[in-house]
Amino acid sequence: MSPPDHISRDQLIARVIGPSEAELTCDECFDALDRYVELELDGADADRVVAGMRPHLEGCPACQHDYGSLLAYLKSRPKSG
Amino acid sequence: MLSVGDSCRELGVVSVQRNSLPMPAVGPNTSALIPSLDAESSAWIVRLRGDSPDREQALSDLHALLLRATRFELRRRTAGQPHLRGGDREDIAHQSADDALLAILAKLDDYRGESRFTTWAYKFALLEAAVNVRQRAWQRREIPLDADHWALIADRTSTPDGVAESRELINALGNAIDQSLTPHQRAVLVAITLNDVPIDVLAQRLNSTRGALYKTLHDARRKLRAHLRERNLDIHAVRQSE
Ligand SMILES: [Zn+2]
Repeated sequence: MSPPDHISRDQLIARVIGPSEAELTCDECFDALDRYVELELDGADADRVVAGMRPHLEGCPACQHDYGSLLAYLKSRPKSG
Repeated sequence: MLSVGDSCRELGVVSVQRNSLPMPAVGPNTSALIPSLDAESSAWIVRLRGDSPDREQALSDLHALLLRATRFELRRRTAGQPHLRGGDREDIAHQSADDALLAILAKLDDYRGESRFTTWAYKFALLEAAVNVRQRAWQRREIPLDADHWALIADRTSTPDGVAESRELINALGNAIDQSLTPHQRAVLVAITLNDVPIDVLAQRLNSTRGALYKTLHDARRKLRAHLRERNLDIHAVRQSE
């Protein structure tokens, strides 16, 4: 069994029960990911524009990972792409 | 339409030869350009169209961009992973860029200009690379699906034993996992949330898709929350303390 040893009980519970807000599906998350990350990098209110994204990212480790990658990659690149 | 969990290989292309990618024809809708598109993104769409005289060069340019993104993801995700040598890493980067290019061409009509074209394209490259790395990492590993050790897991957390509220919640949650879920829901929940099995790896093993498994996880979590609510346990406090 491999949950990290350093997490608290509350974090463990949160991982298991997930977000209670309405959330996107994985496919919807992927569809909106580019727009969401650009809005965030532009300082816009990405969570208002793409409702349901934040709770999905909290509840879905793989999408959280993909989001983190796109964000990190865009940050590592010059603005023009 | 392909879903996120579907690899591009499901487009029917089993192996892709370097430098001679079979290119699906781009559908007619692409010619109706999106009015709000920035100049650079428009140029990409025009160049990638089936009738563009510049198409070969555009495909090669796009592949080069995708390869930079997949290499980035590979570096980021495989640092400290001894099972991936430099040569393997470069192979995965190329394979992922090939797969991403096919996915992009198959979905070009879906691009609505809601981000720059390159941002839209990068997400395919990063996804393919991430999926490939995750599949490799779990290639020969057994996937743990049982929750027998729930109490053990809970005891290993960093919270001191004296914290009664969370102890009660932990016990109730263990019962809920045992009693209120179907075996399939329990297996999916335990694999993803307790054992860190990537959802796309699990989908491949269970002959399912990422979307279908997340739906299962979502339904399982709803049952667990309902179980806790019925016992008047305050899960809201947990969410806020994160
Ligand atoms: Zn997801």
